[in-house]
Amino acid sequence: MDKAFIQRRRRDLIVAACLALLATQVPRYVTDVYIQNMMIMTLMYAALSQSWNILSGYCGQISLGHALYFGLGAYVTAILYTKFGMLPWFGMCAGGLLSAVIAMALGYPCFRLGGHYFVIATIVIAEIALVLFQNWEWAGAALGITIPLSKQDSWLTLQFAKDKLPYFYFALALACVAWFVTWWLEDSKWGYWWRAVKDNPVAAESLGVVVFNSKMGAAAVSAFLVAVGGGFYAMYVTYIDPESVMGFQFSLLMALPAVLGGIGTLWGPMLGAVILIPLTELTRSYIGGSGRGVDLIVYGGLIIAISLARPQGLVSLFSRKRKPAAQPVREAVAS
Amino acid sequence: MGLLYGLIAVGLALIFGLMDVVNFAHGEFLMIAMYATFFLFAFFALDPLLAAPLVAAALFIFGAVVYLLIVRFAVRAKANTGMVQIFSTFGLAVLMRGVAQYFFTPDYRSIPHSYLGGKTISIAGIYLPQPQLVGALIAIAAFAGLYFFIHRTDFGRALEATREDAGAVALVGIDKNKVFALGWGLGAALVGLAGAVMAIFFYVFPDVGASFATIAYVTVALGGFGSVFGAFAGGIVVGLVEAMTTLILPPSLKTVGIYGVYLLIVFIRPRGLFGSI
Repeated sequence: MDKAFIQRRRRDLIVAACLALLATQVPRYVTDVYIQNMMIMTLMYAALSQSWNILSGYCGQISLGHALYFGLGAYVTAILYTKFGMLPWFGMCAGGLLSAVIAMALGYPCFRLGGHYFVIATIVIAEIALVLFQNWEWAGAALGITIPLSKQDSWLTLQFAKDKLPYFYFALALACVAWFVTWWLEDSKWGYWWRAVKDNPVAAESLGVVVFNSKMGAAAVSAFLVAVGGGFYAMYVTYIDPESVMGFQFSLLMALPAVLGGIGTLWGPMLGAVILIPLTELTRSYIGGSGRGVDLIVYGGLIIAISLARPQGLVSLFSRKRKPAAQPVREAVAS
Repeated sequence: MGLLYGLIAVGLALIFGLMDVVNFAHGEFLMIAMYATFFLFAFFALDPLLAAPLVAAALFIFGAVVYLLIVRFAVRAKANTGMVQIFSTFGLAVLMRGVAQYFFTPDYRSIPHSYLGGKTISIAGIYLPQPQLVGALIAIAAFAGLYFFIHRTDFGRALEATREDAGAVALVGIDKNKVFALGWGLGAALVGLAGAVMAIFFYVFPDVGASFATIAYVTVALGGFGSVFGAFAGGIVVGLVEAMTTLILPPSLKTVGIYGVYLLIVFIRPRGLFGSI
């Protein structure tokens, strides 16, 4: 094993630990509820984007239907809590497992599709789920589910009416877990398989990588983490309806931080979320309040500018001095 | 309706077939075409049918400009090429929607009275709304024109040749960028035509493109990406499926039928009905 590589991984871990420790101290100085909400959203999207990155970035299977897993996580958690009185912790795990199973069930036919056919299939499947949930009376149909507030705050039921801080720590933990899972997988057998599958599936297959299984693995891990994020979101906003947790915009909002920061990189989604989410929130509240779409203009312009100017993502700005990473084999298979 | 879906989709298919790029702002092209028709009507009292050629011409220029300003650079990206294409056209879609909201406000608008609006025609006892019927005829004419254009003119041949092998085409002195720009213009002009017809019987609002765009992707994928004839056939299939599902299922589940058929077909034939490669 390359010594520099081990060093880099160790340094990544230390930097992440320091950042997480720093983050736990932030709420001491930031007491504004609006800003706290923004930080929670940033951390949540960082976690989601990191999870999305596992399937789409590392394994190269671009999914624009991850809202499905997000929504499933939110719905399973909310339904188990409101209808069966089960703790949200259990609901999140159940939602995660269900999503992982569904991801594999859907992956079975979908992973045979190539390129754009796959992307469109993911969009279409999420849209079907959205319409079904909108018409499913038992699950609240288009009206959604309201999670009743309990009288006292508790970590057991994840309900904190008085302040947002516990949610902040939960979101932080979520982001840390997603980051750590990515870090850990990056140097595992799976991580290498995924990158091989992304760069050149035919070559990977010929060298003994079971392409199909590695895609399934990536889908399952990715869906599980996203669904846990969905469960957290449901408990945080205490009200969900199909459009607000399964809409196409969620699939996009999960993908964009990773695209902005750098697809298939460890730090990309984090960096992207830290820049993108506050920016979105700020434009929305300061100039977008008129409902006239200025926030959309800023947002759209930003996406175009970034994807044209920095296709590798912003992370590449930091790593310029380092030894260039292995060139993707993409050019070779561009035919 | 199916033929109109086909007409919306064929522009997408053309662009994709030409340069392997899915234009995620296609629905927004439709949206501005509808707005253009609406404003031509509102300010100059121009009937949508007369406005259609003007709108198509305007969209042609718009499409070419989009290619020259954005897509040209997106396909040149060194890393993550596929991603860059998806997200740059997607960013364009978001941008256009924002601009539309800013200038036109999110209100729903419709053309209150036009030559064809609201009229029906009865053929052997079946009542058909005239705008849709004329739309279908225009769509068929556009397809015929496109077929002729691709197979019988120099530019059409250049288009086909560039699709086959862009490198070789450059060697015989055809400017790749020019062909691509014209292809984008043509694709946009087709969706402009569709938008002008749709404006007769459909509301115009900034998000109108979104719902039709998803159907357009499905239509194109059904037929097989890049196949112009496939888009035509896909449009008819989608139209039929839509009509059938409304018979069996409640209207709110209409799109489920279309999407379901898409999944069914690509699972059986991963390259679409008429896809070649």
